[in-house]
Amino acid sequence: MDTRPQIAAVRFGTGPRPDAPLPDDPVAWLDQQTRGPGPALAPPEGRDAPASLEEGYTAWIAHDASPPPPGQASVPTQLFRAEQQAWMRHLLTSTAPFHDRLTNFWLNHFTVAERGGFGVTTGFPGFLREVIRPHVMGRFVDMLLAASKSPAMLYYLDQVASVGPNSNFGRRSGRGLNENLAREILELHTVSPAGGYTQADVTEFARIMTGWGVERMRPPFATVFRPGNHEPGEKTLLGKRYAEGPEAYEAALRDLAAHPATHRFLATRLVRHFVADAPKPETVARIESVLRDTQGDLGEAARALVRLPEAWGPPLTKLRAPLDYVVALHRAAGGTDPAPVLGALNALGQPLWNAPQPNGWPDTASGWAAPEPMMQRLDIAHETAGRFARLDPRQVLETAIGPLAREETRTALRRAGSARDAITLVFASPEMQRR
Amino acid sequence: MNANHLPRLGRRSFLLGLTALAAAGPARLAVADVAPAAQIMDRRLVVILLRGAMDGLHAVVPYGDADYAALRGELALKDPGQEGGVLDLGGQFGLHPKLVALHGMYAQGELLPVHAVAGPYRTRSHFDGQDLMEGGGLQRLESGWLNRALTHIPESAGQPARTGLALGLDLPLLMRGEAPVGMWAPPRPTRPEPDLYARMAELLHEDAVLGPTVLEGMRGRGYAMGALAMGAAIPANQGGFTRLAAAAGRMLARPDGPRVAALELGGWDTHAGQAQRIDPVLVQLDRGIAALRDQLGEAWSRTAVLAITEFGRTARANGNLGTDHGTGGAAFLAGGAVRGGRVLANWPGLKRDNLFENRDLQPTRDLRALAKALLRDHLRLSEGAVAAAFPGSEDVAAEGGLLRA
Repeated sequence: MDTRPQIAAVRFGTGPRPDAPLPDDPVAWLDQQTRGPGPALAPPEGRDAPASLEEGYTAWIAHDASPPPPGQASVPTQLFRAEQQAWMRHLLTSTAPFHDRLTNFWLNHFTVAERGGFGVTTGFPGFLREVIRPHVMGRFVDMLLAASKSPAMLYYLDQVASVGPNSNFGRRSGRGLNENLAREILELHTVSPAGGYTQADVTEFARIMTGWGVERMRPPFATVFRPGNHEPGEKTLLGKRYAEGPEAYEAALRDLAAHPATHRFLATRLVRHFVADAPKPETVARIESVLRDTQGDLGEAARALVRLPEAWGPPLTKLRAPLDYVVALHRAAGGTDPAPVLGALNALGQPLWNAPQPNGWPDTASGWAAPEPMMQRLDIAHETAGRFARLDPRQVLETAIGPLAREETRTALRRAGSARDAITLVFASPEMQRR
Repeated sequence: MNANHLPRLGRRSFLLGLTALAAAGPARLAVADVAPAAQIMDRRLVVILLRGAMDGLHAVVPYGDADYAALRGELALKDPGQEGGVLDLGGQFGLHPKLVALHGMYAQGELLPVHAVAGPYRTRSHFDGQDLMEGGGLQRLESGWLNRALTHIPESAGQPARTGLALGLDLPLLMRGEAPVGMWAPPRPTRPEPDLYARMAELLHEDAVLGPTVLEGMRGRGYAMGALAMGAAIPANQGGFTRLAAAAGRMLARPDGPRVAALELGGWDTHAGQAQRIDPVLVQLDRGIAALRDQLGEAWSRTAVLAITEFGRTARANGNLGTDHGTGGAAFLAGGAVRGGRVLANWPGLKRDNLFENRDLQPTRDLRALAKALLRDHLRLSEGAVAAAFPGSEDVAAEGGLLRA
């Protein structure tokens, strides 16, 4: 039996649904998801539009003036929860799961997290809908520019607190640089340590970006450049000089996006995510050359990933992270309710959009396969099976793993004492835990 | 713990035995009768990671420093004896008034607050700081110093529990590495029956990653269920950290139990409204260490607890009655094995010129000196093992005299 349609759905997608037949031509199905603007993302339930920055910041100001009583979620947090539900509902029902997987991939690459506070949560709807999603099939430089100037990122990595020490405001207040964003753009978003930058480069880059911040108390409720916070003088980053002024930040980002080390780093991360924890150098080189030759066209890179021969052979090599795993369970059972998925992600240590650190969630088995977390995964398999125990387990198996099912798993299902037990076994099987 | 050599039928019953333990944990399946305790070392070490950068000047207050009150402004705590005043530590320092149990330990000579201490990094980035604090090197490492230390403590073949134990759902970098460690997290409300666990484990058996990981998980659960079933139930309704600490204490207390445990407590990143936000976290720390002591019972006398944070906070309050990321801070050593009842500090002072970069408490002592001392003098590891735990720390000597002779 041809396993390619199933592999397309699990390796490049979020897992099959019973109400969405597998594609006859998997490559064409994936290609088609890389063209055009991508599927619409509905606003949170009960709203006509996602929460704007102005709405979020206004709620934040109101919260600071009079915080809600203990135990009651603040309005900014409620808006963030609604956005999480909207995205999870989309993931469960989407018919463009390759696009969604890439969205999740780039959200993790440019991690911003709830624990960063209201500056992140109020900015998240815009970060998802305007910064990441429109660019997942576009050019990397455009996503980098959008992310690096997004209010969510400027808050998350403390750029809002950074002041040029010799700027007007810096001299008056004694405040200085915060290097957090500068360091992470170099280390995590672009050239990576392989780019060979030094601490001096980090500091110079931090000087370059001084002045960029967020106006949240009054219009425009957006990212702004404050000349009075900008460090005067020319700066040098990775041997190149940048003149004083607001344009230097974007110029430096453009140079970083075009850096060969960035192409290598992005290619490594993409191949590691979609193909193997320890990808072969020639596989990485293939994607790297596409990024180089197309000036960082992420749609071309996505289409090249689909054409890697290594991406199509069983066995399934990658361990599903909790997000991929739980979404796939619910999709296989035809689920549409985001709440239990979000709850299970909390239980399994991958709360949505709340990575512990700016380097995001691990993307290899070693980051997830610890003893007690794997036991909790089995418990979640059992809980989730209980939610869908009225389904025919054979149908769940055919949808979830179909031609990838081992004989052992089919036998275990036949011998199970109840539908719930049978579905639990399908959900716990290695075929389900891998992609 | 390897079922790979077993024939299929033997494997099934092996798995069933394991899962019965992991799922049910009734006292009759408990592990007391399997104890080769003689081979396991007698000393216990608990490391608590205080994530988010605890403000050392708020937890261990230098009220005797003439510059303290003016520097801290509204964040300053009152002198001992006043209402809401600090709990005195001998005239110069005082504990935050919420640290009641720790103050009792101080009176018993079982608490050693350490001040003006920091790791070797000056980045003021939480995740750099935490990674380096846990990794133990000067750059990020893939394994943690405590796990590397565990690789030098031999496990006997019949030992039912791993020597190392991580509490909570995350395996912290501190405990990652080559040495397998047990884990415990509060159980979910319902769990599958043992037979279903066995069937799941059987299905996963051939997977090179999932098979061994699940076996290790069942082994850890089995031990924990047996150990925790003994004695009074640990209340589930107290704070999460206290519950984890109590569970750790219960398991560490056993003759056949783990010997080295790691816990985490977050919530220290008090950029705003610090006086209100830090209180509940200090209470959790205080109750957690007290729960550890209570559950450890007689073994407390052979226990050392080390509580550390990635860096301190700014010496002055910021514009939001909070503090920002800083450098020098405080750490705690506690336990019956610790020579406490005093404060360990080369106090740098709080005058403007004494502050690090005119901003933070100046560190005068290296965190690694404390950890190295515990590995050398408490776990009695070789110099080579201590050096491997903290590569690049040749210039940092282990601190002498932390422990009772």
